[in-house]
Amino acid sequence: MATAAETRIDLQNIASSIVDRALRAGASDAEVTIREGDEFSTSVRLGEVETLKESGSRGVGLRVLLQADNGYRVASTSSSDFTPDGIEHLVRGAVALARLPSVDPFAGLAELGEFGQLSGDLCLYHDDVYSLPTEQRIAWARRAEAAAMAVDARLVNSDGAGFDAATGRRVFANSRGFLGEYRSSYCSIAASPIAQDASGEMQRDSWWSQARAFRDLESPESVGQEAARRTLRLLGARRVPTQQAPIVFAPEVARGIVGAIFDAAAGDAIYRGASIFAGKLGETVAAPSVTVIDDGTIPGGFGTSPFDAEGLPSRRTVIVEQGVLRSYILNTYAARKLGMKSTGNAGRGLAGNPFLDSGNLFLEPGKASADDIIRSVDRGLYVTRLMGQGVNLVTGDYSRGATGLWIENGEFTFPVQEITIAGNLKDMLRSITAIGSDLEFRSATAAPTLRIDGMTIAGE
Amino acid sequence: MDHKRYFFEKFGVTERLLERCLGEALSAGGDYADLYFESVASTSLGLDESIIKSASQGVSAGCGIRVVSGERTGYAYTDDLSADRLLRAARTAALIASGPAKQPVQGFTETSVPSLYPAPAADLDSDLSPKLDLLMRADRAARRYDQRVTQVRASYADELRRILIAASDGTFASDTQPLARMSVFVLAKENERTARGSSGGGGRVEIGYFTGAKGPEFFATEAARTAVLQLGAIAAPAGEMEVILGPGWPGVLLHEAVGHGLEADFNRKKTSAFAGLIGRPVASSKVTVVDNGRMALRRGSLNVDDEGSATQETVLIEGGILKGYLSDKLSARVMGIPSTGNGRRESYQQIPMPRMTNTYMLPGDDAPEDILRSVKRGLYAVNFGGGQVDITSGKFVFSASEAYLIEDGKVTAPVRDATLIGNGPEALKHVSMVGNDLALDEGIGTCGKDGQSVPVGVGMPTVKLDRMTVGGTRS
Repeated sequence: MATAAETRIDLQNIASSIVDRALRAGASDAEVTIREGDEFSTSVRLGEVETLKESGSRGVGLRVLLQADNGYRVASTSSSDFTPDGIEHLVRGAVALARLPSVDPFAGLAELGEFGQLSGDLCLYHDDVYSLPTEQRIAWARRAEAAAMAVDARLVNSDGAGFDAATGRRVFANSRGFLGEYRSSYCSIAASPIAQDASGEMQRDSWWSQARAFRDLESPESVGQEAARRTLRLLGARRVPTQQAPIVFAPEVARGIVGAIFDAAAGDAIYRGASIFAGKLGETVAAPSVTVIDDGTIPGGFGTSPFDAEGLPSRRTVIVEQGVLRSYILNTYAARKLGMKSTGNAGRGLAGNPFLDSGNLFLEPGKASADDIIRSVDRGLYVTRLMGQGVNLVTGDYSRGATGLWIENGEFTFPVQEITIAGNLKDMLRSITAIGSDLEFRSATAAPTLRIDGMTIAGE
Repeated sequence: MDHKRYFFEKFGVTERLLERCLGEALSAGGDYADLYFESVASTSLGLDESIIKSASQGVSAGCGIRVVSGERTGYAYTDDLSADRLLRAARTAALIASGPAKQPVQGFTETSVPSLYPAPAADLDSDLSPKLDLLMRADRAARRYDQRVTQVRASYADELRRILIAASDGTFASDTQPLARMSVFVLAKENERTARGSSGGGGRVEIGYFTGAKGPEFFATEAARTAVLQLGAIAAPAGEMEVILGPGWPGVLLHEAVGHGLEADFNRKKTSAFAGLIGRPVASSKVTVVDNGRMALRRGSLNVDDEGSATQETVLIEGGILKGYLSDKLSARVMGIPSTGNGRRESYQQIPMPRMTNTYMLPGDDAPEDILRSVKRGLYAVNFGGGQVDITSGKFVFSASEAYLIEDGKVTAPVRDATLIGNGPEALKHVSMVGNDLALDEGIGTCGKDGQSVPVGVGMPTVKLDRMTVGGTRS
């Protein structure tokens, strides 16, 4: 096996040489992405190993641009074949394909001064994610499941527990001289116990911890116990009558609201007029307490990277500041369409044009504890899980299936399921009446507890 | 090219190598091992603002090697198909077992497969202009439909997947699977109001399919019609009411409400709300639901599943009674039930599991107009976005993208997007009328499970549910 240093030189050389070959084959500009990854995963169920998976793969993508009088024609190819023949196909295929599309006046790489990358160690890669021997990884998954099952006799079954680890390497090179590379690592532990009550009704919930370094992972016992607590509290869930009531979004579902704000601010939806935020820059779109930030620079963050998928440095963008829409989310193309500058939010697959991707995306915490917010509700719903894709960013219409706990006089009374919550995002964002202090990055998008008033619950 | 010869000729795979890999995979014991070779060539084209903005093609190839020991699965894959790397992957997968070496069955028996779809000779079409033309035609048709149409996006994507499966039980199967899809997305604007509409279709077909009745003009007009209609939509109602589902894509109800809950892995583990209900009523006596992987040209169809088993038509619910599960090899063996040929995977990097193919409800006797006439106040939903289910609690949702109020037996105002929610083992008990107009969807469905996406089909006649919860805002 090649050492890490050899592999690094290899992939960067390969990327640069593909850029050169594309130019020689007739491309005006070229971009090359190489991704390499290794993954390990194991799952156990009821104490027995269920799966053990270990492998790696890599792929390369080439995007070429052919200059025309008033813009570029663009095409891309991807492959998992790194042999000289495979690379030759990749290059010739892309250049031939690029003769087909229309000339796009807004296509083209970023301006020279825009390329760059964050310096210093962003703490994205820790080789300790693979430090545990396989037997120990299995033992960790077993411990998480056992801790969950031990909490209560009503935890009678399990959908399993798992330990995963992965490392990846990403190389990007373009014909304007950008060459960058970074590695990242990840590990996680998760458990999904199943509880059953005397009526035979079953409930399942899960909990997890993930980290870039193994040493930062929470203990399997704490993950298992939290999964058990979340599952048990759903037993006996029932429906509630159709009504309007305040809704408290737990952090794990409030994340979805923050994700919708990001999507609504995405430049491609803006230039198409396909978003409730189109043309609203500088206007009030949310309650004055709401500030939403995308920050790709936080060391060790799940959404951190030294550069984006076009070779621009990652940065911090305030999307909504005290309720006012301050910035759209842009890559080079969306920025040109809108006469603005990229916010360094380009993402991309191996093939295809760049899209928009978030870094560490969050809603700034407030001062109230989650308990304070729940206590502030006379009669309403605390939501812990949402189902379905019912968010329409063109109209703002929001309608999703919900599971959670009913609140009476500031206290949880009984679990609730098989209901929907609905409203319109435009109204919902303005009706955020409380923001918790409990912001925690369990993944790249995070939110504190949120209370939103004026939504409709549909049930019995 | 012959399916089998493809991997032999292009990658130098030999029967001897297959046997060696299977032998290596069982070198530490285990009950079963298989090799899944896959090669995919794909093309994708996109139109936006009346010009072709994207064109891409990709190729990938790899092999996944699995060892099953009891209920345990060891898995490894490689994108390098050299003998060294294949044998190394086999040794990694073998780590799941810990016993004396086993011997694979001597000699392979080829699974005989039907020809449900065309098997194109070339991996990638060299002439893409007919595909670009489809997109330009869609753009023109959508804009022509109504002046309020302001944005049109259209995409065309196809792939050709070649697979070869060899297993220690002597299974040997290969297939060439085409898949094509075109989609149109439209925005309409009037004063301050903007609305969206989308449509699309395809199947295991080649480009010629789109020169027929289901061409770019059909899908573009559908998308434009929906967007313009939504401009005038009123708030959806909230609460429990009578719901009529139109024919075709609303069959996603079956996929979520019962399909996932009947996948054998969940029932083997007793984590499904349907576990232990075989032979019991789970729907009204008017309901019969099947999963059928053997329909010509359908998106969810397969000549052979991803474990080399023949696909089939499987009755899931007959006259309201739960009849059977959808199984793969592992769950069939452990549960002692027949294999239904539903072992599927997204790619060579993934472990196969029981998945649906084309899932639909058989037609009944009722005329669709009579069904509509029978409703005093309710919702008529004719098109949906996606859905989701929690198979343990049985609760499922699906999101209506085109729906109308029914008042005194008449279809009246269109309503805005709303999610419908129900309980899988109960929802179909409220089916009181089943139409004679069974239709399948247009061929754009993709199903996700445990992070793996596979193409599927759904279908249904017009159906009346006496009770269902509609998640609107108007109470």
